[in-house]
Amino acid sequence: MMRAEKDNFFIAPGPGFWYFSRGPETAMMKDPEARIANVERWGNYRLFSIETPEVAGRARPGQFLMIKVSSQLDPLLRRPISIHARENGRVEIFFQVAGRGTEILAGKEAGDTLDIIGPLGKGFSLDERLKGMRVLCVGGGRGIAPIYFLAKELCAIGALPVVLYGGKTAADIPLRAKFEEAGLPVLCSTDNGSFGFMGFVTGLAAREIEAHPPAFLFACGPDAMMKTAARLSGERNVPAEFSLESRMGCGIGACWGCVKRIRREGQEGWVKICEEGPVFPHDEIVWPEED
Amino acid sequence: MVDLSVDLGFLKLKNPVLTASGTFGYGLEFAPYLNLEKLGGFIVKGLYYGPREGNPPPRLVETPSGLINAIGLQGIGVEAFVAKILPKLKDLDTAVIVNVCGEAEEEYIRVVEFLNSHKGIAAFELNISCPNVRQGGACPALDPGTTFRLVKAVKRASRLPIITKLSPNVTSIAGIAAAAEEAGADAISLVNTFLAMSIDVETRRPKLANVFGGLSGPAIKPIALRMVYQVTSRVKVPVIGIGGISSGADALEFLLAGARAVEVGTANFVDPDASLRIIREIGEFCELHSIQRVEDLIGKLETNTNAIKKVTKYERH
Repeated sequence: MMRAEKDNFFIAPGPGFWYFSRGPETAMMKDPEARIANVERWGNYRLFSIETPEVAGRARPGQFLMIKVSSQLDPLLRRPISIHARENGRVEIFFQVAGRGTEILAGKEAGDTLDIIGPLGKGFSLDERLKGMRVLCVGGGRGIAPIYFLAKELCAIGALPVVLYGGKTAADIPLRAKFEEAGLPVLCSTDNGSFGFMGFVTGLAAREIEAHPPAFLFACGPDAMMKTAARLSGERNVPAEFSLESRMGCGIGACWGCVKRIRREGQEGWVKICEEGPVFPHDEIVWPEED
Repeated sequence: MVDLSVDLGFLKLKNPVLTASGTFGYGLEFAPYLNLEKLGGFIVKGLYYGPREGNPPPRLVETPSGLINAIGLQGIGVEAFVAKILPKLKDLDTAVIVNVCGEAEEEYIRVVEFLNSHKGIAAFELNISCPNVRQGGACPALDPGTTFRLVKAVKRASRLPIITKLSPNVTSIAGIAAAAEEAGADAISLVNTFLAMSIDVETRRPKLANVFGGLSGPAIKPIALRMVYQVTSRVKVPVIGIGGISSGADALEFLLAGARAVEVGTANFVDPDASLRIIREIGEFCELHSIQRVEDLIGKLETNTNAIKKVTKYERH
């Protein structure tokens, strides 16, 4: 069982095993005993509420956690899971079983503890200039996870977010009620039309952009969805940010495993999304060719 | 108080735990998680002379207790390293070792000649064993002749000690190690990753864009340990053991097999402070067994039956 190091640089006062980096820019930490306070289940989707006040206090929308799913050597690596919400010293995560790691994680119960590192990465821009502006927040499938936190924070700065939430079927949009209860305007789409707009969430986004052009667009979801959203925002000159997903080895910039193609000042290269992302502006992302 | 220091002859380490190149960034990435000065030392990510783009993704695939990577040595090159990173590392009270890469002999020499004059580097680790940068996993460390020529040439150009990092993808690891030693290597580190692959049965495609990658992590530890033992049985220069070390006990296995130090690699990804936990666990083991100096354990593998009985008894308390 992992225990925190006694002889680290940055030991926080107070109970628990905490250690910090110096600056707010890299304020991440490790909490080896974050307690799961509540678990909600819908099919293979899970919503965990996790007590971890220091991590919660530093979290920004679009950032993620690296979660150890097993105290054994297999599966070996932590899993990157985006932060879904923050409330009273807790962070929430919303995820879908997508493999062995998330399957083990999905089996955890309230009262279990998790070994987490976070908050990691650079989140969405919350620009004060969005105050009073209509902003589209598009989430596809499990990509809806950071959109809730983002929409809440956008409200806090006085922006007017509209959430577009897409899933394959009505069973794949389990958070719809949660958005509504939080008073966040949410429009849904399902691929088979079993709920809301029939078709991809990008079809819904196209309709919304056409009807009321937003000041900004945020999106998180499968690459194909975001690529289409990027095309839409480009055609209409709507500035946008996208949260990218990748296999991660470490989440802290050490392994160079999670790279995506990024173009800055005319230069293209493989950029670590754990460190410089996962959120990037639309004009920096080089979307992969269809294959 | 246990004395954890180990002497490599050319370099004294405050403890036998180094962090492996490619798993520890340029060191600074880990400063938020651990005090770098608690380490025996760390080996920064492999440097070519210029910046290096690396391979297209996917670059990683997890396998049982292991990780296959095909990063392709993406990196910033020596000039950016010296300008941006080294100034922040050079005054640290720990051994900073630079992993040196090259397309060919001339580039290895250029890297070494560029870095020679800069303060704050304790030694070079010569990376002749990365499986991800040449066609089909090829690398200089697959052949004793190539190893000999390259180590000799770099050794001649270098003002700092040379640790040669070997590949496990060979028939006779001891033969390659002997070639490196004969060419003048000051130490040998092993093993780099095992050439490996993984296939997605649904798409029938390799899971890595590079098709092949290097396997690391606990899965490789027993094979790495065997190879380290074969090498320590053959060469006189100090040997640094690498391969799936994730606990103090794992590190001690390598020390007993004759390694004078170890490198912790993939474990850094799982727990950024894994190396400090391993140092602590080595200390705790020594205390528990009244071993005053960790050096007293190096190469103390017992292979005769009576001794094995004694060790079993001694483990009980």
